[in-house]
Amino acid sequence: MSDRLNVLKTYKLYVGGKFPRSESGRVYEVTDAKKNWLANAPLSSRKDARDAVVAARKAFGGWAGATAYNRGQILYRVAEMLEGRRDQYVREVAEAEGLSKSKAGDQVDAAIDRWVWYAGWTDKIAQVVGGGNPVAGPFFNLSSPEPTGVVAVLAPQESSFLGLVSVVAPVIATGNTAVVVASEKSPLPALSLGEVLATSDLPGGVVNILSGRTAEIAAPLAAHQDVNAIDLAGADEALAKELEIAAADNLKRVLRPQPVDNWSATPGTDRMTAFLETKTVWHPTGSLGASGSAY
Amino acid sequence: MEKRTPAFEYAPAPESRAVVDIAPSYGLFIDGEFTEAADGKVFKTVSPSTEEVLSEVAEAGEADVDRAVKAARKAFEKWSALPGAERAKYLFRIARIIQERSRELAVLETLDNGKPIRETRDADLPLVAAHFFYYAGWADKLDHAGYGANPRPLGVAGQVIPWNFPLLMLAWKIAPALATGNTVVLKPAETTPLSALFFADICRQAGLPRGVVNIVTGDGRAGAALIAHPDVNKVAFTGSTAVGKEIARTVAGTRKKVTLELGGKGANIVFDDAPIDQAVEGIVNGIFFNQGQVCCAGSRLLVQESIHDELLDSLKRRLSTLRLGDPLDKNTDIGAINSAEQLARITALADRGEAEGAERWSPACELPESGYWFAPTLFTGVTQAHTVARDEIFGPVLSVLTFRTPDEAVAKANNTPYGLSAGIWTEKGSRILAVANKLRAGVIWSNTFNKFDPTSPFGGYKESGFGREGGRHGLEAYLDV
Repeated sequence: MSDRLNVLKTYKLYVGGKFPRSESGRVYEVTDAKKNWLANAPLSSRKDARDAVVAARKAFGGWAGATAYNRGQILYRVAEMLEGRRDQYVREVAEAEGLSKSKAGDQVDAAIDRWVWYAGWTDKIAQVVGGGNPVAGPFFNLSSPEPTGVVAVLAPQESSFLGLVSVVAPVIATGNTAVVVASEKSPLPALSLGEVLATSDLPGGVVNILSGRTAEIAAPLAAHQDVNAIDLAGADEALAKELEIAAADNLKRVLRPQPVDNWSATPGTDRMTAFLETKTVWHPTGSLGASGSAY
Repeated sequence: MEKRTPAFEYAPAPESRAVVDIAPSYGLFIDGEFTEAADGKVFKTVSPSTEEVLSEVAEAGEADVDRAVKAARKAFEKWSALPGAERAKYLFRIARIIQERSRELAVLETLDNGKPIRETRDADLPLVAAHFFYYAGWADKLDHAGYGANPRPLGVAGQVIPWNFPLLMLAWKIAPALATGNTVVLKPAETTPLSALFFADICRQAGLPRGVVNIVTGDGRAGAALIAHPDVNKVAFTGSTAVGKEIARTVAGTRKKVTLELGGKGANIVFDDAPIDQAVEGIVNGIFFNQGQVCCAGSRLLVQESIHDELLDSLKRRLSTLRLGDPLDKNTDIGAINSAEQLARITALADRGEAEGAERWSPACELPESGYWFAPTLFTGVTQAHTVARDEIFGPVLSVLTFRTPDEAVAKANNTPYGLSAGIWTEKGSRILAVANKLRAGVIWSNTFNKFDPTSPFGGYKESGFGREGGRHGLEAYLDV
């Protein structure tokens, strides 16, 4: 065997399409299931959270305004990129969650398939949840879903990759942009996801990934006046309540933590609709004369 | 502005009060019975146009709210288990009885709220009946609503509604709740409790099982107790953004599902190619309908600079023809402000507009001596920094701003924490679609304003709240999905 020393990766945040270190200069030790050192992850600060919101807001107009077809292509591209780097994620997930290679492989495969699933939703959700309303009067009236804006996503703590993908993909499939707080204990697969997103034609800022103490990063996000919604998946009961109270200040849309036994199960549309607004546009239909057409 | 002499004077055309029989006092409606408040407290409800005391109404305390929630909980078991087709028939019955009694209810609403009979008769009551009729039809079709097969009701809905459309807001809340199999405890506003109590009688006539609908009258404390009640599964509120935020904090950390329909500062955008006469009608309807006490009112008029003077001349001319006075007179366009408190708020905000340098204008307009009145008012020379352009006034006060380009119009329209409604006036279809697309608001009226329909979802973006009422979307709020 060769004595070659392998090259370790410095894990960095993913913000605005770039890979900065934490503004604070802080890191924390990430270990595997057997407490062996894996890497030092950035310990994000409130300032990192605010920077990420700025990046997400900046990206929102373009992403929300992109065609649904285009968004679908890009989400599918993420799956393509992941497939090519499957082994890397299997290793990271196995280490992060203490799983066998085979079990970790199942998680990664499910996560890749999830991107494909959501890629197919981008240009269908409007037809499923929107449509014309038969109002009793001479009006054309159409309801369409629109993204709510910048969504703060607290990724699930236990499912470091499949859980993460399951909460991030629906948010961006519908045109929102996201500030994601990775699993506190197992942030490495999330930080590596940034590398895939960066090479998947996803505009910078659409997804921003932070690692660190969930409670510390989530507090400024929940209170932030320019965050439109928050997914509390990764918060425990006490933290979730505290954040929900903070979120009331600008009436953020809140998705409370839902018990998930099995992230592999096919998700419904709930995680998409939770971050959609319904816009209803009215217009008079006019009249072509009293008698109408007789064909 | 000198008083214009109309070509034809109108003779008074008062609607008869004889069609409505208001009792001197009312109790709470709990478990199918009218009952006094546990501590015997009562409050008076007055007619805003005359300050006449109409009736004395029980004031619910925490014990009464608890009793009402218990009654609703007990009724939930049977009501939710009823086949949808049977629930539907109850709701159809209610819709029909409302149609039968609509004149009585319109007069009652006008007396208790102060809004003109023209509006209660032609807008409120037809919509109230239509909402029950619409949601009645959903009760046995919930499997087809797009929320999966066999969607389940949530349980007891605690509903708190405002005073601007007392019966219509009741319909918006109760019709979808009952259609989906929930039972309700509803708290009407303190200043307009009567139509909800008359609705209790309609429930009796319809043979609705006891406890399915409970009405607790009282003030904000009763509403707060209802929302905080641990056995309430669903909270629905329409009212101010400040109270909405308080409710969002109250339900934090609970499993209560919540929908909030809050304030607004709607922009009504008029482009230079708009049909001016229609736009003027739309602007008037947008801000002076219901004395401007409408969350989706078009309270900010954004006019393209090149037509500002022409439009303002037309608008002022039109405002000079509005008739303010006795709400029971069928010729009346503008009725009374709902309460002394609301009048004080409108007055203070309008005075602030003047103090901050905006130019105030009202048509020559005599205000009745008793009651709560505020003349239709325009502010011109308003900038985005003015209080009258930022705060929700909830009264007949229109702030006029200008813009040059569509981008500027969009930026100004969106420059508010609210996101409920907006209007667009232009003959250019592509511009309507482009602007509507960029506006951050839940309801956008193009070349019309303030149109409502039970089939059409209504609700806001941003700080105008969350959730939608009306249409298929309105079902979600009451289902476990």
